[in-house]
Amino acid sequence: MHIMEGFLPVKHAIGWSIAAAPFVGYGLHVINKRVKENPEQRMLLGVAAAFTFVLSALKLPSVTGSCSHPTGTGLGAVLFGPTAMAPIGAVVLLFQAILLAHGGLTTLGANIFSMAIVGPFAAAAIFRLAKSVKLAFGLSIFLAASLADLLTYITTSAQLALAFPDPTGGFTASFVKFSAVFAFTQMPLAIIEGLLTVVVMNSLLRFNARELQEMKVTAPETVRA
Amino acid sequence: MKRYQNMLLLLAVVALIALPLWMIRKPARGVNSKQAVIFTGADDKAKDLVGSIAPGYKAWARPLMEPPSGEVGSMLFALQAALGAGFIGYYIGVSTTRAKMRRESGTETRC
Repeated sequence: MHIMEGFLPVKHAIGWSIAAAPFVGYGLHVINKRVKENPEQRMLLGVAAAFTFVLSALKLPSVTGSCSHPTGTGLGAVLFGPTAMAPIGAVVLLFQAILLAHGGLTTLGANIFSMAIVGPFAAAAIFRLAKSVKLAFGLSIFLAASLADLLTYITTSAQLALAFPDPTGGFTASFVKFSAVFAFTQMPLAIIEGLLTVVVMNSLLRFNARELQEMKVTAPETVRA
Repeated sequence: MKRYQNMLLLLAVVALIALPLWMIRKPARGVNSKQAVIFTGADDKAKDLVGSIAPGYKAWARPLMEPPSGEVGSMLFALQAALGAGFIGYYIGVSTTRAKMRRESGTETRC
């Protein structure tokens, strides 16, 4: 989902940066507040960030014959809420843009928007929805993480289609073409991301059950203050 | 079943990664004797697609730094994954020990 350096027209690059900035700013505020109130959650926040680090570094082969990578943002979005993931995803994308020439500074805003904003918000919403219809916990986590992964790539396809509409078919034709590259490649990888998120969540459930209850991830629905 | 769930899930992950490697075969060398490549990055394919939809488009920025070779690039990716995996492993290790100590001291027999 990394749009390469310079591969968005100037207006789009600026637009997406402006759109992403408030989320990252507010996310930093949320993380600061949270760590101040619950310093013991700092380590778990590190785990959420580390998970994104690992998964976004793994370029996996897919059935379409090309390689792509998962995003790893679903876990943190379920644990800490979607806003906390915007700055975490931004750090990962910045690391890759500067050191690895993967993605770029001009496309950072657009990439943050798809991976660190749309993905986490989708994950949190799907998790909440799955919980409200009483799906099993593991299945809810799986759906949240894998659909968030897929939606990240669909967002990237839409961003590229907006910037490069097809000369004859316009946005729709272009969106179909970019989705063919991104979304189909991503399907098995989204399943992999879902499974890995469940694996990590299972370990956390086993050894950190109390923390998860305190964070209202597994606790019975309580009225939110 | 619950006990083996993580192991089964990890097996499924390995199978999902291995399946495409086994399914997709490298096409034979073309007439222009150009080596066919498979499993390239989807990001690069999208870049090529931009070139075919908008042939006149020129990238207006270049990466500040590029890994001097594919080897150095994969080293940096491996480093990124190692840092993340190391931290997760450390945290799970700490949590396991803590859970064990709580159990042994008997302060948390029920929760």
